[in-house]
Amino acid sequence: MSSITTRMGDGYTVTLSADEVRRDLSEGSEDAARRGKIPALDEREIDYLFDLFASPRRIVGVQRGHEAILSKDGCGNTLYSAQLSSGVGLPLSREQAIRTFERAFGFDTFELGHTDYTFKQVKPIVSLEQTTMETVLLTTIVPLFYGAMPNLGLYAQPDGPFPNPSALLPEGKVDEAREAQEVAAEACRHDIVWTGEKMAETGADGFNMDTTAAAGDAEFLAALQATEELAAKTDLAVEMGMAAEVVLGFHGQLQYKGVRLAGLWPHQQVKLAEQAGVSIFGPVVNTNTRKSTPWNVARASTFVKACSEAASIPIHANVGMGVGGVPMFEVPPLDAVTQASVALIEIGKADGL
Amino acid sequence: MGGIRTAGDLVARMQLRKMRLAEAKEYVAGKLKVGVADLADSTVMRELRAELDIGVVTAVPGCAKGIDAKARIAELLGIEIPSVTKLAARVGRQLR
Repeated sequence: MSSITTRMGDGYTVTLSADEVRRDLSEGSEDAARRGKIPALDEREIDYLFDLFASPRRIVGVQRGHEAILSKDGCGNTLYSAQLSSGVGLPLSREQAIRTFERAFGFDTFELGHTDYTFKQVKPIVSLEQTTMETVLLTTIVPLFYGAMPNLGLYAQPDGPFPNPSALLPEGKVDEAREAQEVAAEACRHDIVWTGEKMAETGADGFNMDTTAAAGDAEFLAALQATEELAAKTDLAVEMGMAAEVVLGFHGQLQYKGVRLAGLWPHQQVKLAEQAGVSIFGPVVNTNTRKSTPWNVARASTFVKACSEAASIPIHANVGMGVGGVPMFEVPPLDAVTQASVALIEIGKADGL
Repeated sequence: MGGIRTAGDLVARMQLRKMRLAEAKEYVAGKLKVGVADLADSTVMRELRAELDIGVVTAVPGCAKGIDAKARIAELLGIEIPSVTKLAARVGRQLR
């Protein structure tokens, strides 16, 4: 085999030699191992990934019997929303979109969410969300989540009521920036719990916190504390999908159950999620657009494998544009999407995507 | 796995109860009295889902739909499905 056609992390086609592909697989895995202080993939696993990328087939799939569960963030807005959600702008209601995902697309689970997809924004219209949830629960069979993002950034001025840490930090006001994040996180926690309780009242099966910790450690703390409260008060199964591979330390000092949150990697994040009461955890591994898809997929598989091995709950690895080894492009190429999906299940041992 | 084309929704329900994939598949296969590999086989599951009346992917008159199917799934899997429980409470009796 003289050359292998694959993709770069931005989606564009690149042709590599077999040696270059094997080198990228090893280096991607070693990068994850070095950053996360976790084991790199072994020779057998690298061989498996090499065969995956060397295959001339347009799309690939898991071995028969290894099929995994699919859950989805972003609700049905893929169909009815605009480019902001990679939506295709179809004139469908949310109810129609959910029924379409269940009956036409064969999704294992689905979720209801508001177009703005943020707990803070849902509060004023929660009765609409509850009514829609009640209606959809009557007409669907698959497990149904309510989903939104903690989105701590929206609690800071000018969008929210609290001082903006991003404005305070450049002024050297570190203590003030930390205090602003703490009060914002408390408000965020309250909003998540309040929305969760409303959805539990409707009979929702689950509750999906999407892009958790996008604003760093304070947001992760809010999500963990909210999960703990919801697990104690309701029967909701909480799915926690992360925003990035590492928890950024915008605050830097926050802890949950004695563990500092800043700098945690997926295999460490999942242990705290379990303690909080999360039912399904969604690790994220970021895609490097300057590296090849073999490099990115090997790196993602290494992180997800460590997370799966550490976990006692199901792992649904995030596989979308810019995460999980999938190229960062609005219309991800199917070859790369299926290669990443297979790798995360067969090598990463994910329970779902 | 294929959702209601197969047994994806059933396995997913067990994952919501914190079962890992292999355990969830074993559990559902045991309840359905089929092999684990059959769970993602739409040929097997289309007929079995009709027989158990737990909802099929095609639009068939008389087959259980929506919460009607979920009431049977709750009984089949031996789990509580919140929306089914709430409906039963609202109509004042246990469903099935």
